[in-house]
Amino acid sequence: MKVKLSIKPLVIALSLFGATAALADITIGVNVSATGPAAVLGGPQKNTTQLFPTSIGGEKINWIVLDDASDPTATAKNVSKLLTENKVDVLFSGTTTPGVMATAGPAADTKTPLIALAPNRLDGEKFKWTFTMPQPIGLMAEPLLEHAKSKGYKTIGFLGYHPDAYGEVWIKAMEALSPKYGMTFGPIEGFARTDTSVTGQAVKLISVKPDAVLVVASGSPAAMAHSTLAERGYKGQIYQTHGAPSPAFLKNGGKAVENGILVAGPLLEWDQLTDSHPSKKVGGEYAKAYETKFGKDTLSSFGGHIWDAWAITSRAIPVALKKAKPGTPEFRAALRDAIESEREIAGAHGVFNMSPTDHSGFDKRARVLLQVQGGTFKVVTQ
Amino acid sequence: MDSAVALLLAQDGFTNGAIYALLSLALVLVFAVTRVIFIPQGEYVAYGALTMAAVVTGQLPPTMWLVVTLGIAVAIVDGVVAVREGAKSRLPLIIVKNAVLPIAAMVVVRLLPLKELSYPLQVLVALAFVVPLGPQVYRLAFQPVAEASVLLLLIVSVAVHFMMVGMGLYFFGAEGARIPPFTEGGLTLGATFIQYQTIWIVGIAALLIAGLALFFEHSIYGKALRATAINRTGARLMGISADLAGKLCFTLAALVGAFSGILIAPITTVYYDTGFLIGLKGFVGAIIGGLVSYPLAAAGSILVGLLESYSSFYASAYKEVIVFTLIIPVLLYQSLTTKHVDDEDEH
Repeated sequence: MKVKLSIKPLVIALSLFGATAALADITIGVNVSATGPAAVLGGPQKNTTQLFPTSIGGEKINWIVLDDASDPTATAKNVSKLLTENKVDVLFSGTTTPGVMATAGPAADTKTPLIALAPNRLDGEKFKWTFTMPQPIGLMAEPLLEHAKSKGYKTIGFLGYHPDAYGEVWIKAMEALSPKYGMTFGPIEGFARTDTSVTGQAVKLISVKPDAVLVVASGSPAAMAHSTLAERGYKGQIYQTHGAPSPAFLKNGGKAVENGILVAGPLLEWDQLTDSHPSKKVGGEYAKAYETKFGKDTLSSFGGHIWDAWAITSRAIPVALKKAKPGTPEFRAALRDAIESEREIAGAHGVFNMSPTDHSGFDKRARVLLQVQGGTFKVVTQ
Repeated sequence: MDSAVALLLAQDGFTNGAIYALLSLALVLVFAVTRVIFIPQGEYVAYGALTMAAVVTGQLPPTMWLVVTLGIAVAIVDGVVAVREGAKSRLPLIIVKNAVLPIAAMVVVRLLPLKELSYPLQVLVALAFVVPLGPQVYRLAFQPVAEASVLLLLIVSVAVHFMMVGMGLYFFGAEGARIPPFTEGGLTLGATFIQYQTIWIVGIAALLIAGLALFFEHSIYGKALRATAINRTGARLMGISADLAGKLCFTLAALVGAFSGILIAPITTVYYDTGFLIGLKGFVGAIIGGLVSYPLAAAGSILVGLLESYSSFYASAYKEVIVFTLIIPVLLYQSLTTKHVDDEDEH
């Protein structure tokens, strides 16, 4: 017992020493879902953190990367550790929407800028401190509707995850935007990721004969919905969202997904972008660095969001450093202001111009239309 | 809805229903013999499908280390019991059967040109590394508490389910997989197109059900299982080992599960966690059979498949709600018509 007691002050002293030593460095906390059901999304994000530099402008950066195993309770624990123990200057967190929700409150309470890696809907102080990387759904829905209008379509059906968060935001966006393009949206047919068949839903849609069908799903379930429609003789145009494009989609869809049109971020087909597109350079650098380290054809659009988080932060840090020392509330506030006020930050998924009312900052350069041709994705010039 | 659509939906319903029927039979079997409500039944579906997906692309079965590790664990547990009982002469057999055999299988599978093997042989390889997980899980998780209450067995069962899902994610990754069908293409009957794989599924399911019926009616092991199901204590007095019966029915359950996985993987993408929902629907079928009747369970499962198919046409957003609501009237009917027997007085 005595021995233990005598060690205690030493430990406290050491940890205090460690804390003061770290005070001058920049500390960035990362919380992603590298394991559990969201691992397809969070795995590449965790891998991407290995590509980040350990210093910027002569300042050392401490990276603390935690995994929440796709569990929002664990997210809350990780985030409180990062905020109170590690006193991070900026937080990259939330592979999924619930993950962002569990992070936004504590981040706002401690006035720490949060870069969210999943879509979210926040207001007040939480919105003030949160910047969101993935494209807003409305932005992604527009080019699909433009394309449908240019082809003279009048009706567009829905076959996708429903009831489900991802499906729901698409339904809301389509219901809001369709009238502007003279389009009737519906019927809405739903299925779940784990369903073994979508025959019933597909047959129902075909019997209503919409000019086009929007499939809202991810990877291989998106391919299953697409190929079921094709197999059951649907002749209209099939659209897919940015949840779909992946090697698994092409592999499982095969010939059935040929000529399907998808909306996507510019990252996956960066080499097909025009040279004037700012994301061609950033996306190319990221794609090459990632595939050199983790192997060919491993690039995922989700890893791109955390790469963009760093693109924004690395631009904001030098600005904030002029105003305050890392580790202080003033530095965190300066960092937040810089993220909001810096212009034309090129990321892998588009170009950011944040404002006090817009914490996504994307414009048309954050999306491309892809068409499946000969088993690969081809960028459609709009 | 015209008749072509109705036929199409019926075909879809029968296909899924056939898989649910197989799983419900396994669930009834396991429950009747061991009183375990076997939640992880669906996991064997996912393991079977994903192991097969690995084998057809020429990869080694991802589960082989699990089979070997559990095999060694079983050998140690059984070995300790044998030594305690002073039956050291049983040790060599225990070690060979549980530890040496899986290791030998692993060595053999490394030497095989997996990708070039014929389809039936690939199925055998996949089964060889999934089915042993049945008896191994029984030996390690359920046999030590075989005499406990149904509730405790259910809790253990839930724990095993979570472990297997977690390990599934570790072994197979989060991405789903599909495998090539037994026979490519299909045939056009009138206005509907039927994939050959659909015919395979319904046909093999029917054969397996018939096979199980023959097994229970005519083989000595089948009769032993039936005897245990009817009266555990009585069967034991007749010299039927409860442990053997348990292992045997878990082997059958794993076999049925894994094979169901191989059957459906060509028509749908299977993920590490797909099995749970499929197993649950088989469970609804089994409930309709009161967890005791095989024919009623099979018929109930077909009903679940059809209900699912038609409700996905009429009200796709409420499909699962409709399917799972089915058990409420069934449970009401059963609790009103059957005399309640307290679990603890049963034997």
